[in-house]
Amino acid sequence: MKRLILVLMLFATPLWAVEPDEMLDDPVLEERARELSQGLRCPVCRNESIDESNATLAKELRIVLRERLVAGDSDQDAVDYMVARYGEFVLLRPDASGANLILWLAAPALLLIALGVGWATIRRRAPVEERLSDEEKAALDKILRS
Amino acid sequence: MLPGFELRYVWRMLIELGHFALILAFGVAVVQMIVPMIGAHRGNMRWMAVAEPAATTQFLLVAFSFAVLTWAFVTSDFSLQLVYANSHTAKPLIYKISGVWGNHEGSMLLWLLILTLFGASAAWFGGGLPARLRARVLAVQASIGVAFFAFILFTSNPFLRLAVPPLNGRDLNPLLQDPGLAFHPPFLYLGYVGLSMSFSFAVAALIEGRVDAAWGRWVRPWTLAAWMFLTVGIALGSWWAYYELGWGGFWFWDPVENASFMPWLIAAALLHSAIVVEKREALKSWTILLAILAFGFSLLGAFIVRSGVLTSVHAFANDPERGMLILIILAIFLGGALTLFAARAGAMEAKGVFSVVSRESALILNNILLAVSCFVVFIGTIWPLVAEMLFDRTLSVGPPFFDAAFTPFMVGIAVALPLGSIIAWKRGSLARVKTSLAALLGVSLAFGALAFAIQTGRSALGPVGVMLGVWVVGGSLLDLWLRSGREGFAARLGRLRRLPRADWGKAVAHIGMGVTIFGIAAMLAWQKEDIRVAQIGDRWDVGQFAFTLDDVSQLEGPNYLTTMADMGVWRGDRQLGSLQPEKRFYPVANMPTTEAAIRNGILRDIYVVIGDPQDNGGYAVRVYIKPFANWIWGGAILMALGGVLSLSDRRLRVGAAAAKLPKAVPAE
Repeated sequence: MKRLILVLMLFATPLWAVEPDEMLDDPVLEERARELSQGLRCPVCRNESIDESNATLAKELRIVLRERLVAGDSDQDAVDYMVARYGEFVLLRPDASGANLILWLAAPALLLIALGVGWATIRRRAPVEERLSDEEKAALDKILRS
Repeated sequence: MLPGFELRYVWRMLIELGHFALILAFGVAVVQMIVPMIGAHRGNMRWMAVAEPAATTQFLLVAFSFAVLTWAFVTSDFSLQLVYANSHTAKPLIYKISGVWGNHEGSMLLWLLILTLFGASAAWFGGGLPARLRARVLAVQASIGVAFFAFILFTSNPFLRLAVPPLNGRDLNPLLQDPGLAFHPPFLYLGYVGLSMSFSFAVAALIEGRVDAAWGRWVRPWTLAAWMFLTVGIALGSWWAYYELGWGGFWFWDPVENASFMPWLIAAALLHSAIVVEKREALKSWTILLAILAFGFSLLGAFIVRSGVLTSVHAFANDPERGMLILIILAIFLGGALTLFAARAGAMEAKGVFSVVSRESALILNNILLAVSCFVVFIGTIWPLVAEMLFDRTLSVGPPFFDAAFTPFMVGIAVALPLGSIIAWKRGSLARVKTSLAALLGVSLAFGALAFAIQTGRSALGPVGVMLGVWVVGGSLLDLWLRSGREGFAARLGRLRRLPRADWGKAVAHIGMGVTIFGIAAMLAWQKEDIRVAQIGDRWDVGQFAFTLDDVSQLEGPNYLTTMADMGVWRGDRQLGSLQPEKRFYPVANMPTTEAAIRNGILRDIYVVIGDPQDNGGYAVRVYIKPFANWIWGGAILMALGGVLSLSDRRLRVGAAAAKLPKAVPAE
C-alpha cells in the first residue's frame, strides 16, 4: 500500500507544465518549442509529454530543447538530440522503421482485408440479378424469352 | 440503548457477516454455473429452475456485503485495512462513500455487485425467454461470477482486518476526491460488466446452436444499456481530466482510457449489427463474435488497469500477481468462447437477401470502420509491450500516433453516417433523396467555408470539424424529416411525434456524435493559451477578453489548505465576472492539486489556473480560452440520451412486445 501511495504521489500530481520563466521571448521559436515538446515523452512520467509534465526532468528537457532551438537547430536536429540521449522511448509518435512498420501498417492492412470480406459478403447476399454480369444477364434474358 | 460494548460487539460481527456473505455468494455462483447448465442439456426443468433463485440470492448476498463495506467506510472503521489505507475521518461523507470503490479491492466488490445485479435482472425480466436459453444464459453469467469471486476472495479481499486498529486513516488520493471521479468508476463498471450479458447471450446461443431475430432483440437492450453507461463513464472521466488536471486536456490516449474506449467501440458496432440480426436475420455469426469480443475487451481493460503492465497515469493498483490471474480469466473466457465460436459459427445460417445499396450494406461498413478503429487503439495500446518483448525496443506510443491513425476512421464514419441512416433496408436507393442530400452537402460545405473565412490561421481542423458536424447533425434531422411522410407541415409534425422511440433514439444519438465531433475539432483548432507571471493588480488581454489578478489569499478547507486567487474577467470596460482558481495542499496524503476555475459557456469556456508564487514576486497564471468545449460532453450526453430513448421503445419492453409477439419477448 505504501508503494501505491508513493506511485500516486510521483505520477498523479497535477500538471503545471510550461512555466513563464522557461518561455522564450521569440514567439515563433517558442511556438516551435511547444509543438516539439508535445511530441516528446517525459522519461520519468507515465504517458505524459514534457510539455504537460511538471516533473523536474521534464522541465530540464524543456529548457534543453529551447536551448537547442536558440542555438539554431532544426526541428529534426533537436528531436534527434533528445533521442540520442534518451532513446526512442521519448518519441510519442514512434517512427515507421523496422518492426514499427507493423504498428503503422497493421490497421490499414486490416481495413483493406475487412473491406474485401465485407464486399464479398454483400455480393454473396445480393439478389441473383445483381450478381450477374451484363453478358450473363443478356444470356438469361435470351433463355427466358425463348 | 445498548451499552457501548455490546454495540461494538455486534459491529464486529457485521464485518465478518459481510465477509461470509461474499463466500456464500461464491458457493451459490458455483451451483448456478453447473446445475442449470446440466438441466438445460438434459431438458430437466427443475434443474434449470435453480438459476433464477440462485441469481437473486447471489445479488442479495453481494449487496449485503457491499453495504457492510460501505458502512465500514462511512463510520471510519480503521480495523479494516482497506478503510485505514483509503479513508480519513476528516474526509467529506460523499468521498467516504466513493472511497469504497476508489481502491482495488473495493472496486472489485463493486464490479461483482454490478455483475450479480445484471445476472439477477436477467432472471427477473427474462420471463419471456425460452427456459432452456435462459438457464444457459444465467449459467454462463454465473461462471463469470465464479471467476471474479475467486479472484476477490483469494487475491483482493476487502474484509481483511488489522490486529491493532490505527487512530486515523491515510486518506483517499486527493485527485479522487472529486464529484466527477466519484461517479466515473460505477458508470464504467456498469458498462464493462453490462457487456457480460451480451457475452452470456452469445455463448448460450452458441451452445444452443441457434440465433434468430428474437435473439437479436433480446441481446440488444443489454448491449444498449452497457454502451450507454460506458458513454457516460468515459464522458465523466474526460470531463474530470478537463477541469482537474489544470490545462484543459480532455483525452490523453492513456492505456487506461483506451481500456474503456475499446469496449465502447466494439459495443457500438454490436448495437448496430444486432439490429441487422433482429430485422433481417443476417450477420449472425459476426454479431456473436462482436458480443464475445466486446466483453473480451472489457476483461482486457480490467487486466490493463489492474496489472499496471502498461504504465499509465491513473492505475491505482498494480500488482503482477493479480494481473496474471485476470489474464488467466481472460484466456479462459475468451479462449473458450472463441473455440465454441469456431466450432458452431458455421451452423448460423444467414437468411436475408439484400441489395448492394441497402441499410444492411451501410451497417456492414459501419461495423468495419468501428471494429478496425478499435484495432488501431488496441495495437497502439499494446505495441510498447510487444516491441519490448519481441523486438527489444523500448518505445512509446502516444497521442500523435493515435491522432494520426484513429481520426481517419471517425471521419469515415461521420461521412458515411447520414447516407447509411437514410438508406432503406433490403433494397435502397438514394435517388429519391438526392436533392435533399445535395442541399445538405452544400450547407455543410458552406458552414465549413464560413468557419475557414472567420478563423485566424489556416488550420483545416476547425472547418472540417464544422463541416462534419453539420453533415451528421443535418443528416439525422433529414432522416427524421423523411420519415414524417409527404403531407402538410402539421401532419408531418404529428407523424414525427408518433414515430417509434427507437427512431428518435437513433436520431438523437447520431446528433450527439456530430456534436461531439464538432466540439473536439473546434476546441482543438481554436483554443487560446496564455502563460505569464502576474502581479496583484495586473491586467492583460487574451483574445477578446481581459483578465485581472485582484487578490491572492491563503484559506483552509475541510481536509486541505488552499491558495486562492481572485481574478476578474473583462470584455472591454465591462466586468463579466470573477473567477477563483485554487491551488490546494492535502496534508494527510502530502499532495498538492490544482483547482482550475472555469467560466462555462455555450460558445466558450474561460479557464484560469493559479500557479506557484515567483521568486521576484507575483504568481504564475495560466489562462485558456476553450471554444465549444462543453459541446464535447454535451454530445456524449445526447448519445446516452439516444440510448435511453431507444431502450424505452415499446418494442423492447416486456409487456408490449409480449402482446404482439407471443413467442419473442425481449429480456429487458
